Amino acid sequence: MVSPAAGGRGPRRSRRSVRRESRRAEFVLGSLASVSLVVLGLVFFSLLREALPLFRHYPAAEFFTGLEWRPTSVDQRFGLVPLLTGSLLVTVGAAVIAVPFGVAVALFVSEVAPARVREFLKPCLELLAAIPSVVYGFIGLTVVSPLLRDVFGLSSGLSALNGSILLAVMALPTIVTLSEDALRAVPESYRAASLAMGASRWETMVHVTLPAARSGVTAAVMLGLGRVIGETMAVLMVTGNAAQITFDIFDSVRTMTATVAAEMAETPWGTPHYHALFSVGATLFMITFAVNMVADFLLRKEAR
Amino acid sequence: MSRDPSSEAAEAASLQVTPAGPHPTPRPAPPKVVVRPRPEPGRTPRRAPAPEAAAEIKIRTEALSVWYGSMPAIKDVTISFERNRITALIGPSGCGKSTFLRALNRMNEVIPGTRTKGRVFLDGKDIYAPGVDPVEVRRRVGMVFQRPNPFPFSIFDNVAYGPRRHGVTSTSELYAIVERSLKEAALWDEVSDRLRSPALNLSGGQQQRLCIARALAVRPEVLLMDEPASALDPVATGRIEDLMNELKKNYTIIIVTHNMQQAGRVSDRTGFFLHGELVEYGPTEEMFTRPKDPRTEAYITGRFG
Repeated sequence: MVSPAAGGRGPRRSRRSVRRESRRAEFVLGSLASVSLVVLGLVFFSLLREALPLFRHYPAAEFFTGLEWRPTSVDQRFGLVPLLTGSLLVTVGAAVIAVPFGVAVALFVSEVAPARVREFLKPCLELLAAIPSVVYGFIGLTVVSPLLRDVFGLSSGLSALNGSILLAVMALPTIVTLSEDALRAVPESYRAASLAMGASRWETMVHVTLPAARSGVTAAVMLGLGRVIGETMAVLMVTGNAAQITFDIFDSVRTMTATVAAEMAETPWGTPHYHALFSVGATLFMITFAVNMVADFLLRKEAR
Repeated sequence: MSRDPSSEAAEAASLQVTPAGPHPTPRPAPPKVVVRPRPEPGRTPRRAPAPEAAAEIKIRTEALSVWYGSMPAIKDVTISFERNRITALIGPSGCGKSTFLRALNRMNEVIPGTRTKGRVFLDGKDIYAPGVDPVEVRRRVGMVFQRPNPFPFSIFDNVAYGPRRHGVTSTSELYAIVERSLKEAALWDEVSDRLRSPALNLSGGQQQRLCIARALAVRPEVLLMDEPASALDPVATGRIEDLMNELKKNYTIIIVTHNMQQAGRVSDRTGFFLHGELVEYGPTEEMFTRPKDPRTEAYITGRFG
């Protein structure tokens, strides 16, 4: 860069100091950002450190494919499968409820509702995220459970379905908010083009806006569900806590999270059971990590 | 061209526009004349001055006003557009010409707070009459926008979008429509081998022709074009203009443009808008050579705008 001979020194020096300053700022921000990375790494590392010793006493294959979780009986079994299917059942149930509902609400908020309604509705939905999960658990026990029992004629309302309903409600704020962002990011010109061809507003919404926002909406769904896979307290309270392999939504199940939460306090340090619980946690961590990675990838694709 | 002094006086007096231009016959109630304005013997020279009296009114407005909130955007515009002609609407930015264009297919009401008064007759029927479905109006009066706005779908799905919405499901039928529309929009040769590739991979000029094809796929009768070439380079612009000349054989075209050379090149008639009012309307050649209103003259000679 050539600066004019006269007065060249002044600007150059200030430019240099500006550069130095911005480098300093970059360093501070960079190190703060890397702290979160370090924390993430440490969490993962300590999880693994407590989880891996299990496999000294207990074959890994049996852990991942074992069909029984009987940590306290004489013949100890740490089979992950019942917990995995429990989590899966509850989460899939939650998805079945939350996805259509959440996307419909997002469509309503972004495409249909007048501005005043939107400004009221969105904060209300986001407030759902602020309700502590124990409170959800209470509601599950006192409201949802009797309701399910009476409606479906069950012996107990404490079932996977109950957990699914609560998780669906808990996933809604994420799904709605992020889907709505994705829908609103669809250029107005797409809608105009569709309307100008004589498509109705409904057709425009379903056939243009939603497909155009597809990857963003998918990411929203994944992030919402990724959040609730790790949800513990509510499901612990309402799913009935039976570690069994079932695909019946009306059965009692036990999720991975509930297992860890329920058993951790009573497990002596360093026992195989202790390490098994860490293995469950590490598995969960990897699942949510993968879900988030995929969602992130989709969001990035959207941004392009 | 014979000019009748009385009609000239009348026009000069009102600056307002009597629909049929300089010929003396008063505008008939929108007649169901079946006389096609002209048989097209191949490519006619641009702006072939057809006999005025034979022109059939395709779409006309009567005292049309539009407000955005309390802001008047266009005031009391009365104008008629002839079938199979290209009419250009010119005027400085913010003069209301785009708003006017959008009033012709009821696209303004998509914007909250817009109010429309007056009437717009399409083949003699008021499209703002109660009970008229704006969706049906827009199917008959298509629109091409300023910036190319293809959907983020494949080329095929873009063109097939309209027909699908209107109930065409058979693939072979859709394919036929897509091919015909792309040929009409002079894009077929460039994309016929990659109909399934994303529309957004096309160049700007191709995208705009795709948007024209997409609009044509629902067989509109009138095509509204809102500065369709303003985002394109001169070559692409030239292609769009050639295309318009082809399209007017089958469609009635109304184009809003900033570009007066473009208006001069493509249009049969030109309307000049200023501050939401229609200042002058007449055959393009006349408008550009002998404008009647001093404001028109000032604008087209570049003294403001």
